[in-house]
Amino acid sequence: MDAFALVPWIVFFPLIGLVVNLAFGRRLGEKFSAIVGTLAVLSAFVVAVLQLLSLQAHPHGAVVPLADWINIGSLQIPWAFNVDTLSVTMMLVVSGVGTLIHIYAAGYMHYDVRYKEDPGSFTRFFIYLNLFIAAMMILVSGNSYLMLFVGWEGVGLCSFLLIGFWYSRNPDGSKGLLNSQAAKKAFVANRVGDFGFLLAMFLTFWAFGSLSFDQVLPNAASVDPRIIMAITLCMLIGVTGKSAQLPLYVWLPDAMAGPTPVSALIHAATMVTAGVYLVVRSAPLFGAVPEAGNIVAIVGAVTALFAATIAVAQNDIKKVLAYSTISQLGFMVAAVGIGAYVAGMFHLVTHAFFKALLFLGSGSVILALERAHHPLDGHHDEHHDDHHDEHHDDHHAPFDPQDMRNMGGLRKQIPTTYRVYLIGALALAGLPPLAGFFSKDEILTDALHANMLVWVLLTAAAFLTAFYMGRQIWLVFFGEARTKAAKEAVESPSTMLIPLGILAALSVFGGLINVPVLHPFTDWLEHTLGHDFAHATVFNFGVAIFSTVLALIAIYISWRLYGRKPLAAGEADPLQQRLGFAFKGMQNKWWVDELYDAIIIQPYRRLAAFLADVVDWRFWHDWVHDTLIGRGFGALARFLAEPVDMGVIDGISRGLAALAKGLGRGFSLLQSGYVRNYALMVFFGVVLMIGYLVFSS
Amino acid sequence: MIPVSYYFALSAILFSLGALGVLIRRNAIIIFMSVELMLNAANLLFVAFARANDALSGQVFVFFVIAVAAAEVAVGLALIVVIFRNRQSIDIDEMSNLKG
Amino acid sequence: MNGELILFFVLAIVAISAALGMLFSRNAVYSALFLILNFATVAVFFLLLGAPFIAMAQVTVYAGAIMVLFLFVIMLLGAEQIQHQARRGWQRPLAMLLTLVLLAESAYLIFTRSDVLTVLQPAAADYGSPQSIGMLLFSEYLLPFEVTSILLLAAMVGAIVLVKEDKKSGGQK
Repeated sequence: MDAFALVPWIVFFPLIGLVVNLAFGRRLGEKFSAIVGTLAVLSAFVVAVLQLLSLQAHPHGAVVPLADWINIGSLQIPWAFNVDTLSVTMMLVVSGVGTLIHIYAAGYMHYDVRYKEDPGSFTRFFIYLNLFIAAMMILVSGNSYLMLFVGWEGVGLCSFLLIGFWYSRNPDGSKGLLNSQAAKKAFVANRVGDFGFLLAMFLTFWAFGSLSFDQVLPNAASVDPRIIMAITLCMLIGVTGKSAQLPLYVWLPDAMAGPTPVSALIHAATMVTAGVYLVVRSAPLFGAVPEAGNIVAIVGAVTALFAATIAVAQNDIKKVLAYSTISQLGFMVAAVGIGAYVAGMFHLVTHAFFKALLFLGSGSVILALERAHHPLDGHHDEHHDDHHDEHHDDHHAPFDPQDMRNMGGLRKQIPTTYRVYLIGALALAGLPPLAGFFSKDEILTDALHANMLVWVLLTAAAFLTAFYMGRQIWLVFFGEARTKAAKEAVESPSTMLIPLGILAALSVFGGLINVPVLHPFTDWLEHTLGHDFAHATVFNFGVAIFSTVLALIAIYISWRLYGRKPLAAGEADPLQQRLGFAFKGMQNKWWVDELYDAIIIQPYRRLAAFLADVVDWRFWHDWVHDTLIGRGFGALARFLAEPVDMGVIDGISRGLAALAKGLGRGFSLLQSGYVRNYALMVFFGVVLMIGYLVFSS
Repeated sequence: MIPVSYYFALSAILFSLGALGVLIRRNAIIIFMSVELMLNAANLLFVAFARANDALSGQVFVFFVIAVAAAEVAVGLALIVVIFRNRQSIDIDEMSNLKG
Repeated sequence: MNGELILFFVLAIVAISAALGMLFSRNAVYSALFLILNFATVAVFFLLLGAPFIAMAQVTVYAGAIMVLFLFVIMLLGAEQIQHQARRGWQRPLAMLLTLVLLAESAYLIFTRSDVLTVLQPAAADYGSPQSIGMLLFSEYLLPFEVTSILLLAAMVGAIVLVKEDKKSGGQK
């Protein structure tokens, strides 16, 4: 049984879906688009499963070449697919979670496009999603850094397109350009990271003479460690961009401007984990220079704690999850930094499950409020418009369905969503025996052995994680409804609930893939990473109990603050009084955006203004162009026109004309018209000729 | 016997006189007659050299010259008649239409 | 000085005098008559040079036909004389000067190259006889001879066409 040759189809199926939707999607309607898009990803998932089965027989995988891409001298980069346990893990996560999110999106976008009054965008959404899946598959399946980079940029593009999906609106639904600006911010921040990654690739090619994994990675020991240090640090810049680590994480919270399925798929489960994948893939390089690994670990751990503190004070349900994602990515990065590659990948997989679940759940909550706020069903478009106008007359402040202060008591209105959301939250908080417990515990155990500082930071982050998830659950689902919409919230349709159910099951049982003692996932990845980088972690009861107790304490504190006396409408957050200034810092994201604005964007703007006004306009345009070139050219032109052209050139031609005229006038005197004159001239000539003949001979 | 150079000298004199006639007379008919004189001088030289070289071709050539001269005179005189008819004059200096 | 040489000089003087007479006669009729005299002397030279056929042709064609035609035209047009007009001042002296130059050149040639100019020897009996000329004309020079006939025809037609009254233009006048 060998299905390796089928592996290109994991890219082709989404592309086919994309093309079909592009060609027919608009005409054939929403159902068609949704089915085509979902089937394309499902087919890719089936291919990935076939790869999994093949790998059982041949655990070392294969490289499947498809086509030559670049062939210049010693730089030979084919488009080849790398099938091994690591890449197939990523394929399964991307296509599996991707399929569920496609199904969910079919239900979610049905409402979303109507609230945004642009039903035609439904097909566009699925085209972008399929393009994203294709790009992500290229990223995880490529067998060289350059192919990885192609996918890396492809997913970046899709991220840009999908964050700015409602490009003419603000995140709260009103008309504006904030979504587009969020997309731009994501793109620019990623460019910075991509630049680092590019440098890493240049260095790699310079040092190894190749970009192919199977030529670079085994030779890591033979290259100067300082060069590898440089490569890995440049790669780290790429990782901080793509996986939203300090200092480039700032784009991810703004990326929540995209539709919720996008947040789940791209900005939680798959794309942002690309950086983690990159580090795991480059494990031999990072393993060769432990200092680089330490830096990666510190960056990840600090990010984990830093983002967790911000998440504590957010009021937007998706912003909490966004900072939580940054924090969890920090866990993974810290894990791969200390060399716990398996733990990092394990957390990547489980995080994909429960964070997708949480995001989709939050989407369900948002939609429930939105549908209650302005019901669409049974209304025609004109009624809807009337209603919309009315609504604007009634409420001057626009209703934000994402603000947790507008929720409360939703467990009664949307019980299914509540249950799955609770599972996701507990998994994220790391309570046994859910998926998050095993993966986080493995990371903490490894960190305890490797780096005490990292362990402390991560443990603190884990504590805060449990706290802010508890806060969110109490605020959203418990207490009394704080708005009319929350009171009338409507449960989502089954197309959305079924994926939620499956993801909830995965969040519960996902931990089993690397359950302690058996650790099948470690053995599985060992085929690819080798024993040095994939050693089984011994289950540490001390760490497990300590982190579980910490999580329970955090949840208890959150209950004390938010659960025992539910927040009333318009009441300030109880943490605000207790923490004071610190809370304000958390709520304002520690003013990082403002800091960046002050130290990077404003000086850059001033530089741009300086360059535009002074250098370009005054110096280049006014002085160089107008004065130097313009006047100089004018003077040259005048010089050429007056003395040269009119004087010399015209003089020559006029002189020639005058000469010809004078000669003509002179000779015309000879043309007397008298025959005898002519005869005389002829005779004169004859005499001359005869004279010549006579005297010359 | 007479040297050929004598004939040459005579021929040259006659030719020069013919040329002089063409150049100094205004009467078209006399100019025409001067041309005939020049032709005759040439004929004389032809015959003299034919005799000197004992070749008859020179005489044959003179025969052709006479024939051509006859033709020329016929056409030339006809032209003069036409010109006279138009201008009532054969003064060659009055025909200066070609003046530049 | 033998008789032939005397005859030559006498004839030469007559020929040159006739030419000068033609040149300077006021009356065109006198000019024509002087020219006839000149042609006649030249015919005698032809005889002296052993060209009796050419001499006859000279007398009949030139002195007879052509000069009669001249006289005819002169008298027909009544153009014996031309009324006096202001002459072109430099034309006449320049013409005379050039003629003298030409004569000087000829003289130079005669005196410097007299070695190549042979003295004429008595010719063969049939040299220049009409028979031998005729044989030459109708054998070697047949084509030019025939072309000459066409030339004469063309000249005749041309003369008639030129002189003939144009009926249309005449009518308009």
